[in-house]
Amino acid sequence: MAEREVSVLIGGKAGDGISSAGQIIAHLLAQTGYRVHMYFDYPSLIKGGHNFAIIRAAEEGIGAVREQVDFILALNQETVNLHRHRLRERGVVIYDASTVKLAEGIGIPVKNILAAEEAPPVMGNSAIIGGFVRAAGLNWDASSGVLKKSMPKGTEKNLRVARRAYEASEERQQVPGTGKPVLPVLTGNEAISVGLVEADLEIYLSYPMSPTSNILHFLAGYADELRIRVIQPESEIAVILTALGCSYAGSRAVIGTSGGGFCLMTEALSLAGIAELPILVILGQRTGPSTGLATYSAQSDLHFALHAGQGEFPRLIIAPGDAGEARYWSRTGLDLAWKYQIPAIILSDRLICEGLYSVEPETGIRYAAGPVMADPAIHPYLRYAPADYGISPLRFPPAKGEIVRVNSHVHDTDGITTEDPLVTKEMADKRMKKMDRLALEIEGINSINTGGVTDAVIALLCWGSSKGVCEELGKKKGLRVIQPVVLWPFAEKAFAHAMDGVEQFYAVETNESGQLATLVSRFGYRPSGKILKYDGRPFMVEELEAELKKVIS
Amino acid sequence: MTGDELISAAKNTWCPGCGNFAIQHALKDVLISMENEGFPLENIVIVTGIGQHGKIFDFMNLNGFYSLHGRTIPVATGIRLANPDLKVICLTGDGDSYAEGLDHLIFGAKRNLDVTVLVHDNRVYGLTTGQYTPTSPYGYRGRSTPGGVKEYPFNPLELMLSSGASFIARGYTHKRDQLKRLIREALVHKGFSFIDILQICATYNDMSRYYDARIFDWDETEAGDYNTAYGKAREWDYNNDARIGLGVMYRHTAPLFEDNYPVPERLSSAQKLAWVRKIMDERA
Ligand SMILES: Cc1ncc(C[n+]2csc(CCOP(=O)(O)OP(=O)(O)O)c2C)c(N)n1
Ligand code: SF4
Ligand SMILES: [Mg+2]
Repeated sequence: MAEREVSVLIGGKAGDGISSAGQIIAHLLAQTGYRVHMYFDYPSLIKGGHNFAIIRAAEEGIGAVREQVDFILALNQETVNLHRHRLRERGVVIYDASTVKLAEGIGIPVKNILAAEEAPPVMGNSAIIGGFVRAAGLNWDASSGVLKKSMPKGTEKNLRVARRAYEASEERQQVPGTGKPVLPVLTGNEAISVGLVEADLEIYLSYPMSPTSNILHFLAGYADELRIRVIQPESEIAVILTALGCSYAGSRAVIGTSGGGFCLMTEALSLAGIAELPILVILGQRTGPSTGLATYSAQSDLHFALHAGQGEFPRLIIAPGDAGEARYWSRTGLDLAWKYQIPAIILSDRLICEGLYSVEPETGIRYAAGPVMADPAIHPYLRYAPADYGISPLRFPPAKGEIVRVNSHVHDTDGITTEDPLVTKEMADKRMKKMDRLALEIEGINSINTGGVTDAVIALLCWGSSKGVCEELGKKKGLRVIQPVVLWPFAEKAFAHAMDGVEQFYAVETNESGQLATLVSRFGYRPSGKILKYDGRPFMVEELEAELKKVIS
Repeated sequence: MTGDELISAAKNTWCPGCGNFAIQHALKDVLISMENEGFPLENIVIVTGIGQHGKIFDFMNLNGFYSLHGRTIPVATGIRLANPDLKVICLTGDGDSYAEGLDHLIFGAKRNLDVTVLVHDNRVYGLTTGQYTPTSPYGYRGRSTPGGVKEYPFNPLELMLSSGASFIARGYTHKRDQLKRLIREALVHKGFSFIDILQICATYNDMSRYYDARIFDWDETEAGDYNTAYGKAREWDYNNDARIGLGVMYRHTAPLFEDNYPVPERLSSAQKLAWVRKIMDERA
C-alpha cells in the first residue's frame, strides 16, 4: 500500500446480499477513521448473475475505486475466477470453503459454522465478514459494534457466526486505524433525501426507476416520522403533473426519475417553465439510450436536461460530484426552484445515487431565502404581475377575494390566455429576467469547484461522479481540476476565474461525446482532448491514470 | 358574487350554438347558489384540459390551472394533496380524458379521489377542427377519417363503473336544468364524481336531433346498486341506436384517496435537525 489505503472486493450471486455486506465492510473501515467509497456492480436481476462491490478506504476523502484490491471476499467460485487478477501482490482471498474449490487464501468453513449455530444460509455473509475482520487485523470489539448496528435482525446469531469465522481466520495484513474522527457513510440517494428534508420537502413523488428508486424507498420508510407524504402515481407524467398541482397550491413537492421517465416529463417541464411553477426533479442518469443498462451509470443526459421541453424557459441544472455535494445541492436546488419559480434539476448518476461516500459533517444551513410572497392587502392579486427580477410574488388558493390563475398558454398578468404579440414578448422577457438574475446569483455560490493542484497549468474538466477520480489524480499528478457543479445557468465568470492560467485542459466524462466539453465550448473553451468512457462502469483510478499518461507527458 | 361577475371579461370564442355555453352557465348557476348557501368561491379551483372545453378557464372568474392536453386529473390530485379544503373541478374533453389522458381518469376513479370531473363529450376533437375521438360513432367522417372511422367507440360510463368511480352520471347540454342538478350533486358527493356530458358541437358534430329523439330520464331510485347501474351503462353503447338514459347512474360511498394522505403538521426546524443527526449517527 503506497499511502495508507485499502481496497476490498466482495462478490457473489445476485440475492446473496452483496450490497449490504459491502456496506458493512465500508462501515467497518470507516469506524477506524478511514474515508470510504463503495462501488456496487450488479446486473438488473433479482436472483442469479454476478454481483460485486469494491470498497476502498483511504485517509483522505475519496470518490473512486481502484482496479487492484487487497482483499477479495468470495462467496462463490465465480468471484475468484472473475476477480483473481485484481489481487495485489500481498493480497488475500477470503472464501467460502464450502462453495469455492479453487482458491488460495483463507478458507472459511461457512457451511459448518452455519450448521453449528443453526443459522440460515443468508448469514453466510456474516461469516465471510468475520473472516475479513481477522485477516485485516481489525479490532474485534469495535467491529462487533458495527455488526450489531448493521444487523438489527438476528443480531446475536450473526455475531456468533462472525465470531466463529473470525477465529477460523488469521491475520494477514494489518489495516491500521487512521486516528481521524469517524464520519458518517451515506449513499448519494440518502444524502439527496437528507438535503430535501432540510429544505422542507413536503411531498415526494416518483414512479420506480433505477437509480433513484432508493430515494422513494428511503423517504417512504421515514414518511411518518418526518411527517411528509411519499406517493407513487401511475406514471412519470402523473408524477410531474401532480407535483405541479402541489406547487400551485403551495406545497413543496419533489420528484425523482431517470432518463426514460424524464422523457415522459418533458411536456410538463415546459409547463412549469411557462406557468412559473417551482419544481425540483432528481434525475439519476443511467446508461442509455433507451432502457440501456438499467443498473449501470453514464453522464449522457446533460444536453437532454439542458434542452428538455419545448420552447425557451429558465431552468436550473445542478450536478453534484459526491454524496456531500448531493445533500447540499438538493437542499439549495429546492430552495432556488421556489425562489425563482422555475424547474430545477439535480442531475445525478447511478454511481453517486447508489455509491457510498464518507460525508463531512455540515450544518444544514440553508442558502436561499423562501419564496417571494405577495402582500395580501394588494388587490387585485395578479399571479404574473411585473416585479423585480421578473419574480412575481406568490399567493396560493384560497386567497380571499382574489383569483389565482396559472396557465400553460401564453397569458397576461392575471393568467388569462392571450395571443397579443406585445404581451407575448413581455412575458417571455419577464421569464428570462429571472434567468439573468439567477445567473448572477450562482456566480457567487461555489458553482464551479477548483481542486487538485489549483495553480497547475494543465487541468482536468469534469462533472458529477467523475469528480472523485479526477480530484485524486489531479493531486497526484499535479493537475488542476475544474468541476462545474451548477451547469445551467453557466457561471461564466467563475469558470473563467477557475480557468485562469490554464494552458491545456482535458475533459473526463462517462459519455460518448464529451457533453460538458461541448457545453464549455459555447463559451469559447476548447479542450486539448477528451478522455471518455461509456461502458456503464466508472473510471478506475489506474485506468484514468493510464489514459492521462497517453496525453500528458 | 353575481352570476355576471362569475363570467370573466375575456372574449368568448365558442361558436354560436355550442354546447359549452350550457355547461358554463349551468356551472355558474350551481356555484352561485352554493355561494349563497355560504360556500366560499375562493375555495373552488377549476383545472382544465386543452380543447374547446378548456377555454372555459379564461371565461370564468375562478381560481384555475390551465393544464396540458389530457392532464387535468394529476394536477387535481396535487391540489387536493396540498390543500384538501380546495374543491377541485376538472373540466375536460373527450379527446382530453378518453384519449390523451385516459390513464389518469381510470386512476382517479380507482383511488376515489375527491374531485368532480365534467367531460364535455362532443364526441369530436373540436379545437383541432374535427377528428374522431374515442366516443365518436363507427363510421364518423372527420377530417382524418374521410372514409369514416373504422373503430367502435368505447363506453365511458361502463369504464368508470368498473374503475371504481363513486358517482357516475350522464347529462346533455340541451337539458340545462337537469345538468345543473347533476353538477350540483356531483359537487356535493364525497369522492370521484364523474359526469359524461353529451355536448353539442354545432360545427363538427351536431347530434341534437339524434339525441333529442332518444333521450329519457333514468329512474334514480336504485342508483346505489352496482348491477342496476351496470345494466344502465350497457343500454346504449355510444354506437347503437338505443335509447339514451340521462341522470345519476351510480352513487355510493367509498373511502377517499385523500384520507390516506392527510396533511400532516410540519416538523419544526429543531425536530428536523434532530432527525438528520440521528441518521448521521446511525451511519457513522
Ligand atoms: C400533447 C398534445 N397533443 C395534441 C394537442 C393538440 N390538441 C389540442 S386540443 C386537441 C383535441 C381536443 O379534443 P377534446 O379534448 O375532445 O376537446 P374539444 O376541443 O372537443 O373540446 C388536440 C389533439 C395538444 N395540445 N397537446
Ligand atoms: S367547434 Fe364545436 S365545440 Fe368548438 S366552439 Fe365550435 S361548436 Fe363548440
Ligand atoms: Mg371533444
